[in-house]
Amino acid sequence: MIEPLQDEFMRRAIAEMTLIAIAGGALGCWVVLYRLSYAAESLAHSVFPGLVLAALTGVPLLIGGAPAILLAALAIAAVARVPGVSREVAVGVVVTTLFGLGALLALSPDSPPGLQGLLFGDILGPSDADLIAAGMLVPAVAVGLSLIHGRLLATGFDRVAARSLGASPGTTEIVLMMLLAAAIVVAVQGLGNLLVVAVFVGPAAAARQLTERIVPMMALSVAIAAIAGLAGLYVSYYAGTAGGASVAAAIVVTYLLSLPVGRLVSPGGEKRPPAVATIV
Amino acid sequence: MPAEALIEAAGLAAGYDGRPAISGVSFCLRPGERMALLGPNGGGKTTLLRALLGELRPLTGELRVGARCATVPQTERSQLDYPVSALDVAAMGALSRLPWWRRPGRRDREAAMDALGQVGLGDLARETFGKLSGGQRQRVLIARSLVQDARVLLLDEPFSGLDRPSSERLEALIGALAAEGRGVVIATHDLEQVRRWDSVLCLNGSQVAVGAPDDVLDLGVLEATYGGAIVELPGSAGRGILPPHHHHHRS
Repeated sequence: MIEPLQDEFMRRAIAEMTLIAIAGGALGCWVVLYRLSYAAESLAHSVFPGLVLAALTGVPLLIGGAPAILLAALAIAAVARVPGVSREVAVGVVVTTLFGLGALLALSPDSPPGLQGLLFGDILGPSDADLIAAGMLVPAVAVGLSLIHGRLLATGFDRVAARSLGASPGTTEIVLMMLLAAAIVVAVQGLGNLLVVAVFVGPAAAARQLTERIVPMMALSVAIAAIAGLAGLYVSYYAGTAGGASVAAAIVVTYLLSLPVGRLVSPGGEKRPPAVATIV
Repeated sequence: MPAEALIEAAGLAAGYDGRPAISGVSFCLRPGERMALLGPNGGGKTTLLRALLGELRPLTGELRVGARCATVPQTERSQLDYPVSALDVAAMGALSRLPWWRRPGRRDREAAMDALGQVGLGDLARETFGKLSGGQRQRVLIARSLVQDARVLLLDEPFSGLDRPSSERLEALIGALAAEGRGVVIATHDLEQVRRWDSVLCLNGSQVAVGAPDDVLDLGVLEATYGGAIVELPGSAGRGILPPHHHHHRS
């Protein structure tokens, strides 16, 4: 157990993973309750062209990713306003366009090798900038979620009634999406475009099986994300498997384990939301 | 506006995208008054409730709301698998008083606890909202509007889907809230129940009639409100009843 900790790169990987797990686990509860799994996955994919451009031009990935996710969010809002186009269709159109653009850039003959790392991330080799970004993300998410907690709870419960309670559901959802976008841009450096959504959906979905209250759900979700993250990194260390994929696999395993455990702790567990569809 | 009126509407029209869904609505709601809102599905009951809440602006006419209104929606609309207790839901009523960065605190939860006691659910405060019965959920939402400190309660078909004991209990609660001086507006299809309340407003796009149930509810008014859906029972002295499909529907 101690041996991996003697390696500097593992200590950094564990630090990065734990920070991402805290932010992802807490935000993930709202992703699951607001049924935003598809939106979360889509936002992650839409960052891709920004990351590729940043990698090609040599600027920090975060600087490429942030405008890309902003552009995606605005484009989704704009396309969804077209009469007859639902939000889901808008997300599909915008995300495939942006992801396709990213792939086009990444796979062109002029592109340097190694860009596929953007798809799968590099949790085992976080830069100082990655660690600082993740370190700043955690308090930002904690403060943000804490400030809008009451309104998030009321809006998710009944959006129409929330408006008459003065909970401004539109603003509340925008703040949630901004926090989610910030978290995805940071987490995507470690876990990659294709796997990052696991940390935003799996732990929260597992926690949902184990409790019927939001605050314990958030605490459990963070704990599950951190433990699964650690387990994934250890598997990667000993088995030589890819870091991000090992973490994602560990998260899926904890979700699957939560199903029978959830039924044991609460016989009424069958009424829970079907969050599994998005992660497996 | 009479000094004591909670709500007064005169020639009110309201709707969506500039097109009126309801028109010619004129009534006055006083403290302690239970007013039924009667009309077919799509007849504009929900539109009127939304106008009273301030969500829709009057297109023409006047609407003066002199007291805080709270809505008690149908509970099927809320997420029943949501991880909240009855107490959490009742405490949401405090949000309307709090600045945006504050969540309901201990004092608000105490107020929510009192309100749950008032609706007879003190014992079930810690129960998950979705596990309560339909009638209990409806009462939790009423408790939420009490925490909101609303003097006017707008109930959107609160009896739909309730069994008889739950209905009776809810009706008694509405009576108790009115006795405290609150105004209660209840969208419903149950004619027999309406006759026990203080006033009724019949709405089918435009207002058909308003007044005390015994004065207003004759066959002519009901036919104008519900179109041809009225069935007259032999011996009902022209009072008319609605066919069953008008019950338990959302408007």
